Amino acid sequence: MVREQAMQSNSMKQPAFDEKGKLKEKILQVEDLQVTFQTFGGVVQAVRGVTFDLHKGETLAIVGESGCGKSVTSNAIMGLIPSPPGKVTNGKVIFKGKNLTAFNKSEFRKIQGVDVSMIFQDPMTALNPTMSIGEQLTEGLRTHHKISKADAKTKAIEMLNLVGISNPHERLKQYPHQFSGGMRQRIVIAISLICEPTLLIADEPTTALDVTIQAQILELFAEIQEKTGVSIILITHDLGVVAKIADRIAVMYAGKIIEIGTKREIFYAPAHPYTKGLLNSVPRLDLLEEELQPIEGTPPDLFAPPTGCAFTARCPYAMEVCSHAYPVETSLFGQHKVDCWLQDERAKGIFS
Amino acid sequence: MIQYIIKRFFMMILTVLLIATLTFFLMHSIPGSPFDEDRTSNPTIQENLEKYYKLDQPLPVQYVNYLKAIVTFDFGPSIKKPNESVNNLLARGFPISFELGIVTILVAVLSGVTLGTLAALRHNGIIDYLAMTFAVVGISVPNFILATLFIQVFAGQLGWLPAATWQSPLHMILPTLALATGPMAIIARLTRSSMLEVMTQDYIKMARAKGLKPSRIIIRHALRNAMMPIVTIMGTMLAGILTGTFVIERIFAIPGMGKYFVESISNRDYPVIMGSTVFYSTFLIFMLFLVDIVYGILDPRIKLHKKEGESS
Repeated sequence: MVREQAMQSNSMKQPAFDEKGKLKEKILQVEDLQVTFQTFGGVVQAVRGVTFDLHKGETLAIVGESGCGKSVTSNAIMGLIPSPPGKVTNGKVIFKGKNLTAFNKSEFRKIQGVDVSMIFQDPMTALNPTMSIGEQLTEGLRTHHKISKADAKTKAIEMLNLVGISNPHERLKQYPHQFSGGMRQRIVIAISLICEPTLLIADEPTTALDVTIQAQILELFAEIQEKTGVSIILITHDLGVVAKIADRIAVMYAGKIIEIGTKREIFYAPAHPYTKGLLNSVPRLDLLEEELQPIEGTPPDLFAPPTGCAFTARCPYAMEVCSHAYPVETSLFGQHKVDCWLQDERAKGIFS
Repeated sequence: MIQYIIKRFFMMILTVLLIATLTFFLMHSIPGSPFDEDRTSNPTIQENLEKYYKLDQPLPVQYVNYLKAIVTFDFGPSIKKPNESVNNLLARGFPISFELGIVTILVAVLSGVTLGTLAALRHNGIIDYLAMTFAVVGISVPNFILATLFIQVFAGQLGWLPAATWQSPLHMILPTLALATGPMAIIARLTRSSMLEVMTQDYIKMARAKGLKPSRIIIRHALRNAMMPIVTIMGTMLAGILTGTFVIERIFAIPGMGKYFVESISNRDYPVIMGSTVFYSTFLIFMLFLVDIVYGILDPRIKLHKKEGESS
């Protein structure tokens, strides 16, 4: 079912490619990003060398189970890692030709909300309960572009129309508690888009919503991307969501991207055993008899991550080499890349 | 809103009536009479005095008379100071007590909130530890100890400030500080924990993601939400500060209401007891009403009234 959805929407839109089938310009390059957190128990290596690119108008989904470093990666791009205890220890985040990891707080403030914006998981808590939504919508705009109150209001009404909130004029004066969950997420989206950012990071934007609203919000994303050409990094663990709106998918495990490729490549030809496990653990409504196949075991402790592949302990195809050395990245067909020893020439013989 | 105020107003009248009734019967259940100390007076004189102040009448009649006094707000003359009406005493003493109380509240809230916020922002830093040490000391040491200590140090040994009375702003510093330290410490601790909680909320992260200035995030986004518990305790704190003024006024020889209030009870000066109790309770109830209004202004989710056609 997930795969069918993927096929449908894939044929509908492909904004990341131009007519010749080539990728558009890169707007974000993340190179070997590493983030650690100092805790009482020691240093947690939350992100251990993440590398990916993002193109203009593209939606990249980062998937993986809880605690694998998805949110930390996105917070690092946004400059929202609380420091201390968090620290970006290595790597580059190149956005519009500048390395964001070298930015200080006030330099970050100049791009936060303007060039890069973020949508949070829970719309029930992401809005300030004591401020009218009009003020919350316009404050970012008024901080970054010194415009008049009236102009800001016009823009706010325009944004509310864009995200599909009726009666925007009256709604501006209201407070978050006067809106439903789905409406609040629309407002959060409006806030994040009001300064017309080039990059939007959505951290599990539909997790806290019920299923019917989820579909609406996902459609809204597609619509907005079409209208504004914004690039989206979508953090999620919901493969249904990914199938619907992602162009490319990066699978994260234990602080690393272990497989990355287009949606088709990941859904139809997953190469990493973890990705396969992830796809197998999606409930399927069309197969009544089939039981859900969870991935056995738990992710490794990131206080002391293993030297080899972090998935070794749970991997049904684990080999001796897996626990000793981290696999080199293998480029498969197209943009499909995977970190797995099974792709090594020497391993291929075993399974053929 | 008006509907709510009217409703509250009737509730307030009822509360005052209840307090007045309780005070009346408690007061009369204390053994002795206002004339006990006048040992020399013979029984006839006492009887005449009681007649004059209508104390010879049965209690229910006295109670009705007294309710009339409340409604007309005329409590008659004091028994112990026959030249002085209760209204006069209130008019002379209350403004001074009020001044002391208001300045204390302002000092306590402003410095308490600032201190608490600083402590929260520098969580586990030096400012945090200093502020919280100060807060623990401030909460533990009663105001009358502080008052005598302040007089000893600042008025006595250092000679910087006047030790007593109520004349210039300079005279106000020591009594206000002595009275404000306790509430300030409580507010500082409360603000700190409340701020720490608020700063971890998603909407603060969202405000950061908007690229707002830290000052705006703290003042506009965090503080308003963090103020809710402080407004909540303001009600009881007001009562504490009010009774605190009695003690502080005595120590600093401030001619406020406190002296009359306390003396009237030991003297069984019925009109003064009743007058000041009713006056003070009305005042306190009114302040609590204001606190509730502020609550509604600070947090739009708290509705003081129901409007038609509003979604929840």
